[in-house]
Amino acid sequence: MSVVPILIAAETSTPSAASGRPALRRVLRATLGLILPVGLALIWEFAVRLGWSDGRLVPPPSVIFSTFTELARSGELQRHAAATVARVGAGFALGVVAGTLAGAVTGYSRFASRLIDPSLQALRAIPSIAWVPLFILWLGIFEASKITLIAVGVFFPVYLGVMGAIRSVDRKLVEVGRAFRLSDAAMVRRILLPAVLPAYVIALRSGLGLGWMFVVAAEFMGASEGLGFLLVDGQQLGKPAQIVAAIVAFAIIGKVTDWLLVLGFAPFLRWEDRFSARGENR
Amino acid sequence: MLSLDRVSKIYPNRVRALDGVTLDVAPGEILVIVGGSGCGKSTLLRAVSGLDAPSHGRVLLDGATVTAPHEKIGIVFQEPRLLPWLSVADNVGFGLAHLPAAQRRERVARALDRVGLVDKANVWPRELSGGQAQRVAIARALVPRPEVLLLDEPFSALDAFTRADLQDHVLDLWAELRPTLIVVTHDVDEAVVLADRILVMRPRPGRVFAEIETDLPRPRDRQSAPFDVVKRRVLAALDRSLDKAASVDERETKASAGASLWW
Ligand SMILES: Nc1ncnc2c1ncn2[C@@H]1O[C@H](COP(=O)(O)OP(=O)(O)OP(=O)(O)O)[C@@H](O)[C@H]1O
Ligand SMILES: [Mg+2]
Repeated sequence: MSVVPILIAAETSTPSAASGRPALRRVLRATLGLILPVGLALIWEFAVRLGWSDGRLVPPPSVIFSTFTELARSGELQRHAAATVARVGAGFALGVVAGTLAGAVTGYSRFASRLIDPSLQALRAIPSIAWVPLFILWLGIFEASKITLIAVGVFFPVYLGVMGAIRSVDRKLVEVGRAFRLSDAAMVRRILLPAVLPAYVIALRSGLGLGWMFVVAAEFMGASEGLGFLLVDGQQLGKPAQIVAAIVAFAIIGKVTDWLLVLGFAPFLRWEDRFSARGENR
Repeated sequence: MLSLDRVSKIYPNRVRALDGVTLDVAPGEILVIVGGSGCGKSTLLRAVSGLDAPSHGRVLLDGATVTAPHEKIGIVFQEPRLLPWLSVADNVGFGLAHLPAAQRRERVARALDRVGLVDKANVWPRELSGGQAQRVAIARALVPRPEVLLLDEPFSALDAFTRADLQDHVLDLWAELRPTLIVVTHDVDEAVVLADRILVMRPRPGRVFAEIETDLPRPRDRQSAPFDVVKRRVLAALDRSLDKAASVDERETKASAGASLWW
């Protein structure tokens, strides 16, 4: 939606930028990837406008845009988005807490790792959607089963990320902590936590990504509201523009939450060598 | 007074990295350890630091056995090992967490001043050159005012010029608080510049092979003839330590006529 104005702004503002040509070239290179989608969208728009296609099954961008704004104006979009965000929020919180605890324990202690990691790895091998019938039987068709499914999706990347991060903490830095006679608690706070933070953020981001994936599955299970409901509803009522509008909403909210996550941790990761580069490229 | 009492270290893979090393180091003495690769120099330093326990024997500081890292023993590793998430100043103050902030800041500022890095106080370690980073590591180890400071090849990753510069730095810092220094190095020049006494080790099993008193006035002129004489003695001892045929512990026969022939 707002991609085009941003693009134009970027193009017109860069020639005056101090960095000059390399910056311009970078913008051009980034723009290259937009030619195909924007071009196809324009072609489709014209095709429908000129009557070459009725655009009923594949609505043109203008129709999607008006559907989107219409949904937003009526407050429908906000209501559904809020329901979905709440589910993802709750499931993400649960999954992160469980995944962090389990990952911390197995990363820290070889014994705990031998005890519980094999079981968790076995569970991980099960496609999480396969749990859906069981969750519905156990927890009913309302929020509890949905949030549990999302939490399961979030759990595994966080668990693996935390365990791996703790195991790969530089032994040499731990030794610095030992040489300064840190207590166990101080060792965790002053060495381990900061050392695992970069990998933790990455784990959270992939967990969040899976959370967004699983909320769709959860809302397909039967929901009266949520962006997933908009998808199903659009299908049943034959409103493809509504489906695409919901997809666009998913994309925007997913991107924004990911960005908020990165932004929230950025102050703690300023020391990281590659962080600024990663932030800029986003 | 730091002493090692028949310290041995046998690693789980049954390498006898140290075999009955007995040694006294006087307060304020600078002891330099040289020797071929794998002769147990790092193992010795780690045993003194309390990071690794010896398999047999004891390390004693002022009569008390050192079994774990000790507040009066500091260590500088071969790599700076700065914590990348702390600013340079916070790295230097890492071992001062128990002090009130104001006092800590003051000690850190003074230490940074002494190693000539005041202007770098607030940068991240990644923005430092190798020599600067190692200076910060030295400041970090010195700021809690250890009685014994251990340095394991602290300058080996640096170019010759920076190395000479840092050697002078270390001597200046030493002159101020006079801690006992134990320095491991592969650089004979460095050994002679720093040492009151040089220990030559030999491998398999790791033992002290020879001891050389430098007896040179400070500051030392690297070009002077007496410097060169000591250097040659160290090189000769190193040569012999690597000679497979020389299996006796030279230190024990030091007083004998045979040993005095070559120094
Ligand atoms: N953690 C370990 N486990 C098993 N063997 C080890 C370990 N550390 C060192 N060794 C062995 O002990 C011997 C002494 O090692 P050490 O690191 O003390 O030598 P070094 O004198 O410091 O050598 P260099 O000059 O190369 O640093 C070597 O043979 C080495 O292979
Ligand atoms: Mg070594």
